[in-house]
Amino acid sequence: MTPLVLLRRFLFYALVAAILFYTVFPFYWAIVSSLKSGSAIFRVEFLPAAPTLENYRALFAEQSFARNIVNSLFVASVATAISLALGVTAAYALGRIKFRGRAAILFAVLSISMFPQIAVLSGLFELIRAAGLYNSLTGLIFSNLILTLPFTTWVLTAFLRELPRELEDSAVMDCASSFRIMTEIFLPLMAPALAATGLLAFILAWNEFLFALTFTLSNEKRTVPVAIALITGASAYELPWGRVMAASVIVTAPLIALVLLLQRHIVSGLVAGAVKG
Amino acid sequence: MMARTRLAWAYLAPLLITLALVAAWPLLRTIAFSLTDANLSDLSQWQFVGLANYAYLLSDPQWWRAVGNTLLFTLLSVGLETILGLVIALTINAHMPGRGLVRAAILIPWAIPTVVSAKMWAWMLHDLYGVVNVLLMNLGLIDRPWAWLADPTLSMAAVVLVDVWKATPFMALLILAALQVLPLDIYEAARVDGIGPVKSFFHITLPLIRPALLIAVIFRSLDALRVFDVIYVLTGNNENTATMSVYARQQLVDFQDVGFGSTAATCLFVIIALITTAVITLGRVHVSASGNDR
Amino acid sequence: MFRSLGLIAVTAALLSASATPTQSQVTVSISCSSLGIELELCQEGADAWAKQTGNKVKLVATPPDANERLALYQQLLAAGSADIDVFQIDVIWPGTLANHFVDLKSLIPAEDLKDHFETLTTNDTVEGKLVAVPFFVDAGLLYYRQDLLDKYGKKPPKDWAELTETAKAILAGERAGNAQLQGFVWQGRAYEGLTCNSLEWVASFGGGTLIETDGKISINNAQAASALTLAKSWIGTISPEGVLNYAEEDSRGVFQSGNAVFMRNWPYAWSLANAPDSPVKGKVGIALLPQGTGQGARHAAALGGQHLAVSKYSAHPKEAADLVRYLTSAEEQKRRAIKGSFNPTRKSLYGDAELLKALPFLKDFEAVLENSVARPSTVTGAKYSRVASEYIRAVHNTLSGKGTAEENLAALEKQLDRLSRGGKW
Repeated sequence: MTPLVLLRRFLFYALVAAILFYTVFPFYWAIVSSLKSGSAIFRVEFLPAAPTLENYRALFAEQSFARNIVNSLFVASVATAISLALGVTAAYALGRIKFRGRAAILFAVLSISMFPQIAVLSGLFELIRAAGLYNSLTGLIFSNLILTLPFTTWVLTAFLRELPRELEDSAVMDCASSFRIMTEIFLPLMAPALAATGLLAFILAWNEFLFALTFTLSNEKRTVPVAIALITGASAYELPWGRVMAASVIVTAPLIALVLLLQRHIVSGLVAGAVKG
Repeated sequence: MMARTRLAWAYLAPLLITLALVAAWPLLRTIAFSLTDANLSDLSQWQFVGLANYAYLLSDPQWWRAVGNTLLFTLLSVGLETILGLVIALTINAHMPGRGLVRAAILIPWAIPTVVSAKMWAWMLHDLYGVVNVLLMNLGLIDRPWAWLADPTLSMAAVVLVDVWKATPFMALLILAALQVLPLDIYEAARVDGIGPVKSFFHITLPLIRPALLIAVIFRSLDALRVFDVIYVLTGNNENTATMSVYARQQLVDFQDVGFGSTAATCLFVIIALITTAVITLGRVHVSASGNDR
Repeated sequence: MFRSLGLIAVTAALLSASATPTQSQVTVSISCSSLGIELELCQEGADAWAKQTGNKVKLVATPPDANERLALYQQLLAAGSADIDVFQIDVIWPGTLANHFVDLKSLIPAEDLKDHFETLTTNDTVEGKLVAVPFFVDAGLLYYRQDLLDKYGKKPPKDWAELTETAKAILAGERAGNAQLQGFVWQGRAYEGLTCNSLEWVASFGGGTLIETDGKISINNAQAASALTLAKSWIGTISPEGVLNYAEEDSRGVFQSGNAVFMRNWPYAWSLANAPDSPVKGKVGIALLPQGTGQGARHAAALGGQHLAVSKYSAHPKEAADLVRYLTSAEEQKRRAIKGSFNPTRKSLYGDAELLKALPFLKDFEAVLENSVARPSTVTGAKYSRVASEYIRAVHNTLSGKGTAEENLAALEKQLDRLSRGGKW
């Protein structure tokens, strides 16, 4: 190996290390902070001098944090499932059937992702109250659709459009047979795209904060981001950073595991999908 | 073919009905409110005021300040995210041991809820007990702690920094996906012709991933133009960093002025739509059929 | 003897009443803080009431951030929701939310209400309606490092000039050993905390309270300007530049890790600064916030605290009001003060020997309360948050060097005048 190659290799790994440091360090810092208690949190120590799991214990012992996690899982999974189901049928129409108004609908769907959340907040609140869904997980699932549905529809449409035309050429176009084509031919082919979009939609719903804060009231109905934001100290002004950090670590850990598990699919699913433009 | 069209609409119906309920109706409510003087304390009492709210909004220097902040924020953060995203994507596209782990690690910032990451960074950027200042001082890069979130210029830099940290993984991932489908034989040919890596990046890679890059930039810009929680958590309603969303929320929630707040929210929506349309047209991205209508 | 017998009889009667409820049981929901001692105390108090009356209570946790909590309340109340019966509200909210609350005058005995500090009940009276009852009270305090003051032979400062001088002297001597040390930390972020901090300076200089109780806009005066100019001079000398983004916890972090000589904060920081693992444990003193200088100079502390109100949309306003009566009663406030240092709002408790023994600083706190400055929230009503936001902007701009105090206050006066249609609100 020539010195030049060695140097290049060294520079490359230095770059990888720098990137890793940049992305991972803040999370590492959250873990370190979550292991400190009391005044130690105000001191900068790169390894906690006296690590303690007290913050984690307190989270589960003193409030319904486990319940919040279950709520989040439920809301995010159901919202993702509904979005995927509606997204697949719509994407089939938008991606495989040529009809007038297709471009307009795609643009309308895109423009819904332009809505500032704050702009629909009061209207949605009225709607949810009128439907009797206030302070219920159903109401949250419903409101999360505004975030996940446009996204899944777009990505899946882009994916379906890339599949070769011959797939359904021979088949006749009537409702029953087209449904069979969709479920029997396309669905299996879409597996990687479904995994990728599903994960991204899941993360969107899992992280949603404003709706969850506004449309729920009791602790048993709250999702994790809201629960974290509502962690307070002994009095109104005190912020228990250690606990907030502990909760953040707990919330993020499953997502990281999910990303680790699915990362191959995320990339390959997107390869065939959204990014083709 | 009428049957095909009917079929298409049948498949679209569930989506359209859901979106109409969950998005269109609330938005129409907001637009309707923007023409009234409704107040949060009693929404049933309102009077039609025509375009008075719009006239007032357009004459409010605070609003234009917020528009300027939002555009600056979007330009800086999306620009940096694109460059960094490219660097990261090119790096992790190379073969190396443990690539899967590295890729997953890079996605971490994106998996953390925004509210949480903003709080985490507020903690790290604290001027006196924040780890960022300590690190920079240990490295000898700064000689005294910087007031990241208080200084008018630094605070914009700080919110951009946090947003870049959070959103770059998304950008890198989309670019990575585009890189993976590039035909390898072009590079082979380029190498035979003696074209260096830098030149081949600008002349081969960049043109080929341009469509993907544009889509990624559009999605990120949409988010950046609407940015709220990062800025609200880090610097509150401070006018040095307040964006259009922060302004709209302050009117709507802090001041309970549903009418005027709705006006601001509607204008925000219109501005985003205009910018997106402009980007799509200028970038010649084919929204409808990805350029190969079959 | 007879009295205690009577008490037993009453208790027994109550117990048997709750065992076999004659009237139908109702559930009253109350919004409290979500964690820690505050939640615990609220739960205990509410449970005790439930046991006494045979009703049920449900606690609802609300966001700790005041703005978010207010937004949530407004959304609920605007929708006429009966989900929460009893609201714990900030001292500055009665004017904003008055329309949604019942008049408690007819539901709570008058002699029960007389004992509260008058500033507080006046604050809760909107257009002749008593919309809330004081629950606990907060006021701004000056925390100082006794050990450092002793080392340099200084006394707790009487006025702001003395504070500035003392801080400078201690910094000059101590910075060699601790480069991080700051003279004075406070709350300078562009949020409600800055309203409190800056009103304290302005009022201590005799510069009024932004808007007087008759609605007159008083902020554009020379005393107020010199107060803000003095505060501006702290930044970069005795206060760090970062103070312009500090909220309560940021300043406590600096002070509690031993990196500040003086701190302006609420009473909550006292027990935390003296916690067993606190680096400044036992080295902290508290005092009235310093006076200003010039005409009308005085001590001034911003008034904070929480009050309890009953929703107009409650299905059980009578029971809800009774819960409010119970939670704000002398015994309950005493219990909360001893267990959680929540300062009582009842005058009689400040003479209570047992309480003074448990919380020695309550003795001084009465003086703090006498010097308290209420924010102009009642007179401005629903417009308060807009007024505060304009005020915060003027102050924050002055502090960060965008325009002089005089310029910014003159502009503020014009803005407020327009907002109030000539001081009529």
